[in-house]
Amino acid sequence: MKSTKDIAALLDEPACEHNKKEKSGCAKPKPGASAGGCAFDGAQIALLPIADVAHIVHGPIACAGSSWDNRGTRSSGADLYRIGMTTDLTEQDIVMGRSEKRLFHAIKQAIDSYHPPAVFIYNTCVPALVGDDINAVCKSAQERWGVPVVPIDSAGFYGTKNLGNRIAGDAMVNHVIGTRDPDPLPLTVQRAEIKIHDVNLIGEYNIAGEFWHVLPLFDELGLRILCTLSGDARFREVQTMHKAEVNMMVCSKAMVNVARKLQQKYGTPWFEGSYYGITDTSQSLRDFAKVLNDADLTERTEALILREETRIRKELEPWKARLKGKRVLLFTGGVKSWSVISALQDLGMVVVATGTKKSTEEDKARIRELMGEDTVMIDDGSPRALLKIVHDYKADILIAGGRNMYTALKAKVPFLDINQEREFGYEGYQGMLELVRQLALTIESPVWEAVRAPAPWKSKSPLPPFAKGGNTIEEVSNG
Amino acid sequence: MADILKRNKALSVNPLKASQPIGGSLATLGFNRAMPMLHGSQGCTAFAKVFFVRHFREPIPLQSTAMDQGSSVMGADENVREGILTIAEKSRPALITILTTGLAETQGADVHRNVREFREANPEFADVAVVAVNTPDFTGSVETGFAATLTEIIRALVPDAKDAGTYPGKRKRQVNVLVNYMLTPGDLEALRDIFEQFQLRPVFVPDISDSLDGCLTDEDFSPVTIGGTLISEMATLGDALATVVIGPSLSKAAELLEQKTGVPTYALDHLYGLKANDALMSALTEISGHDVPERIERQRSQLQDAMLDTHFMLGQLRIAIAADADLLNAFVDQVQEMGAEVVAAVTSCNVPLLSRIPVASIKIGDLEDMELIGKANKVQLVIGNSHAVDTAERLGTPILRAGFPLYDIIGGYQKTWIGYRGSRQTLFDLANLVINFSHEEIPIYRSVYAQKPASEITDYPLSCH
Repeated sequence: MKSTKDIAALLDEPACEHNKKEKSGCAKPKPGASAGGCAFDGAQIALLPIADVAHIVHGPIACAGSSWDNRGTRSSGADLYRIGMTTDLTEQDIVMGRSEKRLFHAIKQAIDSYHPPAVFIYNTCVPALVGDDINAVCKSAQERWGVPVVPIDSAGFYGTKNLGNRIAGDAMVNHVIGTRDPDPLPLTVQRAEIKIHDVNLIGEYNIAGEFWHVLPLFDELGLRILCTLSGDARFREVQTMHKAEVNMMVCSKAMVNVARKLQQKYGTPWFEGSYYGITDTSQSLRDFAKVLNDADLTERTEALILREETRIRKELEPWKARLKGKRVLLFTGGVKSWSVISALQDLGMVVVATGTKKSTEEDKARIRELMGEDTVMIDDGSPRALLKIVHDYKADILIAGGRNMYTALKAKVPFLDINQEREFGYEGYQGMLELVRQLALTIESPVWEAVRAPAPWKSKSPLPPFAKGGNTIEEVSNG
Repeated sequence: MADILKRNKALSVNPLKASQPIGGSLATLGFNRAMPMLHGSQGCTAFAKVFFVRHFREPIPLQSTAMDQGSSVMGADENVREGILTIAEKSRPALITILTTGLAETQGADVHRNVREFREANPEFADVAVVAVNTPDFTGSVETGFAATLTEIIRALVPDAKDAGTYPGKRKRQVNVLVNYMLTPGDLEALRDIFEQFQLRPVFVPDISDSLDGCLTDEDFSPVTIGGTLISEMATLGDALATVVIGPSLSKAAELLEQKTGVPTYALDHLYGLKANDALMSALTEISGHDVPERIERQRSQLQDAMLDTHFMLGQLRIAIAADADLLNAFVDQVQEMGAEVVAAVTSCNVPLLSRIPVASIKIGDLEDMELIGKANKVQLVIGNSHAVDTAERLGTPILRAGFPLYDIIGGYQKTWIGYRGSRQTLFDLANLVINFSHEEIPIYRSVYAQKPASEITDYPLSCH
């Protein structure tokens, strides 16, 4: 079990803007009024996309049983991450102190059955409370079976989902990153005229495969991604992250501790960016060139941006006519509001209000810059408050995380899901096309009218006329 | 509204159409103690029988006038008379229908005269209703054959009000319900339930929910139908409060019934989707004088909720539909209500209804036409019968099986499509097909620089999702 000091150290994240303000980002959950996930949830979500690792949840069935089989993130090959593994602790295990032993055997079984390159052990509340020493179990299992076994001490009661993300990042920095050097660049992919740079992406989860919209651009520019932590990643890729020349923090602050610690330990510079929207995608590519300080790369990046922006703006043209002037209430969680705002403004849509619960002061400044000083910023994300704003500001659509979806639907308000459970990928230039398609799909759907109108027998309108006659067999022909 | 594209090729490839005698047989099979007899060669009946047996998974009473070479050339009047007599003697059914085939019509058969001749020669079988219908294979389809047969049965078996002394509303709760070929036994059961909730007693004409619902009976064998509309009930249709007719194909049958009895008609195109069922409820409220029952209002809001949940999958979905006109119209309405686009509409023959189906164009043709139009319009989902399964596979889309015949699934004949509940299930089924068949997801991209394990680089596992 982590000590209070360990947890306090994780909560103190100097690279996070929230750190400066009391009780903003990682505030304690309030009994009776909390909605988010726990530290275990956060740790698992952060690492599960590492596709070839055996992810074992050490605990009774509730933890893994209710959360395994995350279909959001996608892999280009290995699929061991889709296999749910848990020690499924029983009362006997807990009372008789047999849970460590069960964990040890569970690790063996996972290795024997699936031959993973590594095993991750997620600690949960019950074993943490009864005092299982998972570090020791992992260590001896690793010695015994010769496969890396990584403890991720993420008992739910340590704190929020956000803290869990950091615990996961911390485990990677402490146990995995730096344990292998990158493969030498194969001759076949070297190009005489350009220098290939090694980079990392942190906090990119390849939801619905959306990063595959962006990845080809990296190949074209000659940027080798040593690892995306953790979308479509492999264990051997995570091991090499210390050798990157630059790290990009994608969108979320969740694993900012990884970027900071890699800078501390290895001196790797990092920057923040996003792949939502045309403007941000271009900016992120520019930032790579800037930090890498490679004039040739900068030139090629600008050419690529020009080409891609021209192409996508042309493809978006017919959609803009359909979406122009539509009013959006944006309530995002992990995804930066300003990043999506610029994407929507690119389409001529009007963002009437935006959620800022998780936004930093810097984010808010950018939002004001984009939307004007008197923009509505929403801190209260309760369903009733959201619906009131939808109503008051005559929003055509609510864009928010999946858990608000049914709130919107029950209130007969069009909705677009923008969180990690979604089934569509919106990243990169190409992702904008999917975004507009989904926006138009729901905004233009005839179901809204059908569900808002009262039943015909409730309104006093006359009955629909009943048709008669006309369709006789004499008129039939075979064409 | 729709542009009707007529048949423009010689060869029909993967036909959609089933013939008129099939429809005529189906209509007959919805009456109690009935026996359809196809006037044609034995094969006409054998194929029809197999068609029904595979669809309903039931023994099907169906007879043949067994025209041979001699009778085909020299005249088959005797075959018809002998056929009727044999069936009457052997099983003394309540109803025999004589349904002509292409062979008999080409020959120039006059089955109506044959029936009169039989009546004169065999007065001892006056209690056996015999109805002759012209249902040549070379025109129309299962839909028109069904409608024509129902019309003729009404003409023969429903007495004129002035002769029989019937008057509308004499039976205070009875509503005649003329149902077209597309309502399944499951649909009729659900519909009966809805009528009864309005304190009404529906008399389905015909009623395959009582004869082809897959029910085990005490009799181990019956040469004729067990269950279905009672022939004796036909005499009471004139006493009903109202007639509800479902399906534009039955408009002539409904007109005739109203003419004969004076019972007012309420015509509904179909019962798929929100609007269609709202119209049904409005009609039943008016007929019965009762408010819409709470249970049904709840089902209505359940359907609305399902519309919201599924519009993400069905909105702008490009759908191809191959079906006879009534069914095509029903599905077009239901999926358009959801914001889906019908990019390929194919039907079997030209009927007046087609021109008012709200799609850009309707092709009168076959499943190959659907395949070609579907391919050109990048179709994402197919609605069609079991024959269209291979078509959908070639198009790389999922298929919702509907219509006739459904031979590659169990219980297709029993599925409930109508009402708020049936409509909700259809939306769920469609949405599930879409989410479990996500071929339009972002294609995998593998970076040339990636440090993936060697095993993945040489041997990409084929991911199905």
